[in-house]
Amino acid sequence: MSLLRDIAASLQRGEDDQVAALVGQALDDGLDPAAILHDGLIAGMAVVGEQFREREIFLPDVLLAARAMYAGLGLLKPLLATGGVPTAGTVVIGSVQGDLHDIGKNLVGIMLTGAGFEVIDLGNDVPPQRFVDAACQHGAGVIGLSALLTTTMPVMKDVVELVRSRGLEGRIKVIVGGAPVSDAWARQIGADAYGYDAASAVERVRALVGAQA
Amino acid sequence: MKDLSTRLAAGDVLVGDGAWGTLLQAHGLRPGEAPESLNLSRPAVIEDVASLYLEAGADLITTNTFGGSPARLRQFGLDGQTEAVNRAAVEAVRRAARGRAYVSASVGPSGHLLKPYGDAEPAEIAAGFERQIRALAEAGADLVCIETMTDLAEALLAVRAARAAAPDLPVMVTMTFEQTRRGFFTVMGTSIEQAARSLAEAGADILGSNCGNGSRAMVAIAREFRALTDRPIAIQPNAGLPESRDGALVYPETPDFMAEQARELLAAGVAIIGGCCGTTPDHVRALRAVVG
Repeated sequence: MSLLRDIAASLQRGEDDQVAALVGQALDDGLDPAAILHDGLIAGMAVVGEQFREREIFLPDVLLAARAMYAGLGLLKPLLATGGVPTAGTVVIGSVQGDLHDIGKNLVGIMLTGAGFEVIDLGNDVPPQRFVDAACQHGAGVIGLSALLTTTMPVMKDVVELVRSRGLEGRIKVIVGGAPVSDAWARQIGADAYGYDAASAVERVRALVGAQA
Repeated sequence: MKDLSTRLAAGDVLVGDGAWGTLLQAHGLRPGEAPESLNLSRPAVIEDVASLYLEAGADLITTNTFGGSPARLRQFGLDGQTEAVNRAAVEAVRRAARGRAYVSASVGPSGHLLKPYGDAEPAEIAAGFERQIRALAEAGADLVCIETMTDLAEALLAVRAARAAAPDLPVMVTMTFEQTRRGFFTVMGTSIEQAARSLAEAGADILGSNCGNGSRAMVAIAREFRALTDRPIAIQPNAGLPESRDGALVYPETPDFMAEQARELLAAGVAIIGGCCGTTPDHVRALRAVVG
């Protein structure tokens, strides 16, 4: 469907007005909102994510593409919600308590949204309890924790332990990431996964959700 | 002590200091606490850390003001104290240095993405840098050290702010690059070539790179800068990229390894060699031994 390909291409160029116009046109043409989402927006973001991972493009390109994605998503969301289209899953994300960095976390949110997940972004400086409360409230199967500081990394462990002490282990998985975070750290604190970058975080979240289904 | 610009013009090589955050933690900085708040609450700690680097042989000692711009301090409710926080930082390092090292006034990124990629108004960020740098200069800093920049537009705002607020001080700017298949770029997409040209045009006196890479990659970065500019080059590598060992975060490069790479940096014509994340007074001591 060439209109959907145009949406994906326009999204990659970061043209938010054009993406919104094309999505509107696709809806007027009677196309299925889920198809517009998957074959237009998600397909476009997948290319953007891959190009960023290879550093063929850079953060500004990703942010502009994300803006275009949200412009299209804003039109689709109400229709998708009423149409009962299942999302890839719900993920609660945030930077842990004491950590005010949010660019990396935002990037993960963009890529998860672009992969069809429902993302609840709690922002930065989020205390452990809020992560777990939000996950329960929104029925999220995954909590994504970000930290850019070695001083705030230990808070990740507090979240993992809170999930356990509330008896939610297995039902809510925890994935961690951020510059100083590593696979070994994730294992040591008992987290379920580690995302090296935004693209790999999406892959890992997909695997976590798949394992739960 | 001779003027910094005079020494650089004479071809002297100077040694920078190493990481501050880890030492501040060892001295009681709590998780989630603004490192800059210690400038006011515990200036003796700042003086102690500066003394460790002075004793290790650093010629330049960095002020604890990386997050001292009002945009960053606001996140801790400290922006109203921008002048006091920055002034106290310079004064503490000056007391420790006792005229034996230059006070290098650190200015880090605002922590916000500029429009159109983020919400930050460039004019507001520029005014914030100017406010911070004026306080640092008035307190007696010897140079302005704009560091860890990834957005060229933001780095240029900081350089112009330094030129305006501290016209008599040398301005050093170092950006953080990543190795890609097409060469070194910042995460925002700035190449070394763009950085070297634009920063010099804006009035930076010393150019280079800090953070993001270990010392081996920094040798390659230094060579690229050397081919592009006649200005003095500053290089401050991390002690490698962090690895997790037994749950603790470890930076793998030893002082000896870094000293070995420093010989390559000297050969590449670098004028200021110091350390960033993961480096310690021992690393600085090793660099001092190589530089002589």
